[in-house]
Amino acid sequence: MKSFGSYFKRALILTLALLVICGILYPLVLTGLGQLFFNKQANGNMIEVNGEAVGSELVGQAFEGDEYFHGRVSSVNYNTYTEEEKESGDYAGVSSGTFNYGATNEDLEARVKEDVAAFKERYKAVVGEEFTGEIPADMLTASGSGLDPHISPANAEVQTPIVAAASGLSEEEVAQIVENNTEHKVLGIFGEEKVNVLKCNIEIAEKIGAITTEE
Amino acid sequence: MENTIVQYGLCIAILVALAVPLGGYIGKVMNGEKVFLTRLLSPVERLIYRTLKINKEEQMGWKKYAVSIGAFSLFSFVFLFLILLLQGVLPLNPQGVKGMSPDLAFNTAVSYVTNTNWQAYKGEVSMSYFSQMAGLTVQNFVSAAVGISVLFALIRGFVKVKSEGLGNFWADLTRILLYILIPLSILVSVLLVSQGVVQNLNRNETVELIEPVVTEDGDEITEATVPMGPAASQIAIKQLGTNGGGVFGTNSAFPLENPTALSNLIELISILLIPVSLCFTFGRNIRDKRQGVALFSAMLILLLLALSATFAAEQSGTPQLKAQESVNIEQTDGQAGGNMEGKEARFGIADSAMWATFTTAAANGSVNSMHDSYTPLGGAVPLLLMQIGEVVFGGAGSGLYGMIGFAIMTVFIAGLMVGRTPEYLGKKIEAHEMKMACIICLMTSVAILAGSGIAALVPAVEKSVNNTGAHALTEILYAFSSAGGNNGSSFAGLAANTVFLNLSLGIVMALVRFIPMMAILSVAGNMAKKKKTAVTTGTLSTCGPLFVGLLIFVILLIGALSFLPALSLGPIAEYFQMIG
Repeated sequence: MKSFGSYFKRALILTLALLVICGILYPLVLTGLGQLFFNKQANGNMIEVNGEAVGSELVGQAFEGDEYFHGRVSSVNYNTYTEEEKESGDYAGVSSGTFNYGATNEDLEARVKEDVAAFKERYKAVVGEEFTGEIPADMLTASGSGLDPHISPANAEVQTPIVAAASGLSEEEVAQIVENNTEHKVLGIFGEEKVNVLKCNIEIAEKIGAITTEE
Repeated sequence: MENTIVQYGLCIAILVALAVPLGGYIGKVMNGEKVFLTRLLSPVERLIYRTLKINKEEQMGWKKYAVSIGAFSLFSFVFLFLILLLQGVLPLNPQGVKGMSPDLAFNTAVSYVTNTNWQAYKGEVSMSYFSQMAGLTVQNFVSAAVGISVLFALIRGFVKVKSEGLGNFWADLTRILLYILIPLSILVSVLLVSQGVVQNLNRNETVELIEPVVTEDGDEITEATVPMGPAASQIAIKQLGTNGGGVFGTNSAFPLENPTALSNLIELISILLIPVSLCFTFGRNIRDKRQGVALFSAMLILLLLALSATFAAEQSGTPQLKAQESVNIEQTDGQAGGNMEGKEARFGIADSAMWATFTTAAANGSVNSMHDSYTPLGGAVPLLLMQIGEVVFGGAGSGLYGMIGFAIMTVFIAGLMVGRTPEYLGKKIEAHEMKMACIICLMTSVAILAGSGIAALVPAVEKSVNNTGAHALTEILYAFSSAGGNNGSSFAGLAANTVFLNLSLGIVMALVRFIPMMAILSVAGNMAKKKKTAVTTGTLSTCGPLFVGLLIFVILLIGALSFLPALSLGPIAEYFQMIG
């Protein structure tokens, strides 16, 4: 079976050659191209405030204050961790994910009920009157990645009175901030209308002086 | 609603407009004809042949072709397995990721070599950059190339008359990579980087939160992590090669893998581009374009049916959510509405449902939303698409040769009805071809049903499921369907990284990949030896609407008969639970 040996030798050399071409040359050439032509995009679209990275335009962050917009429900808590968890090693590193509840899972129903009640309570506490509107679906459902940077315009609209009351900005000002950071459908067809939460909140923080930009 | 229809229509129109010329191009490359890249790439091609002492004119019989694939896949597996096992001590590991456990490394290596890309691991936590590049990216390329090469061996089997040779595997592999997969991947990667898909070798970034978050225990959180890595280069080929394994755990739902509506459109088209093109290549290279169009039409009809069903189920959401006080899940100008659990705001229902359909129709398996959280019927459609054997466009090469298996089955059944010896593409279908076609059509069903049946009885698996009742069975069934269709998408709720699931799913993936592949090669070898029969008035035309209808009927018949009992216990039971 001399020919059998030659098959294996050929297969071995070709595997190694392809490892170099597809596994090393190809990704390195693209890294070079990406860094050269699309430097910001290739490095995560980071947003800097006073020279310090505060987040990526594309990755959602956790917000809890009433003066800020809140993102979608996240099962990985937007990759945040406490100093303690970091030092003790409990924080396993970056993650992504969702609850993976089936549509009929009772835990899902319970979570939604709880969130509806919590939102209405927060609304009443901050705005001072009962919530009478309608809560959009994306406010009560977890995103697939757990890092969704966007909410729907309907979601932003429902949150606007809370943000305005807690930040001291007028509702018109807040609505303007939302408008500034709304991304529209491509050609009016592809994708969805959406609002970037982090960008809205940075603008709010600048307006209320929570962060000051050095000119 | 109207907007969704326009969006779907445009997307499919762009896809077909690109696939027709690409199909012609692939056909030329595989026949060794001149194309516009020949001048640039032929020196590289010749260099590879010289180094490997390959005579590209040498014609391999089906056994030689099969042994070459076997030897090549074996080495691919061994290399990947070792890289994953040893990644802790290999270079390009800025996050200090440890080596994988042997069972997980086995599962992952089999999964990539078989073009499945099932993920029992989480990319951002358990893969070093070296493993992503030299391990996974390489297999993304070559496993797709192997599938395409087998399709061409089959095409040559139909074209040749009274001969042995099916082409040269080494030359086929080299050409597919050099002329088709690598140039397309470079193009798609650059487009993806422009949209914000990361492509670097940096450590993960730590960012200061503008507003610290306080946890329930009163701890203050001030930092978050943004993951980095060489993502775009791998994502391009994961879509184009119908691989689907994500750089990050949540795959294309992860914002840095798929950040915008445009990146989503580019990736969606990439998922189906090569499988659709190959239909047209098939028609061109067997010198009867109508045959390619017939298979394409059957696949397109099934795809559109599946797409509408998934979209309708997801857009109407669940009664449970609708019944909540002051909740609005209607589609309006301000929101996508519907069942948004596990879906991203930038994709809404329309883009998520389209992705779920495309990715399971093609044996791709990447996800941009979490199928586990789909409504019972919305999740049943992707499940069924995998169960019918990944023939609705299916994997690169493998989808079309699987479909040809069904076409052979169809002409046989039609032949029985009118009492004539069945023929396909001018070659008589006899006992040997029928035996092989049965293996091709039934291998998936047997592997899925036996696998999930056994798994449902293993006590340890019970701990892996994330939901209870009918949905738990669906989670197990989905995992085995995904492995059994070489798809790799997951109902991510299943904790799949256990020794039993790693090994059993690994074995299923290897069986369903290589047994039908060998069967199709043997059909090809047998076909090449036969003479062409003349077309008479009694010959069943295999390019008219009658044949397309029959073919769809046979696919659904085999799929429905095999899986109806299992589906009734899983998603169908859950559906009645939901509306009850």
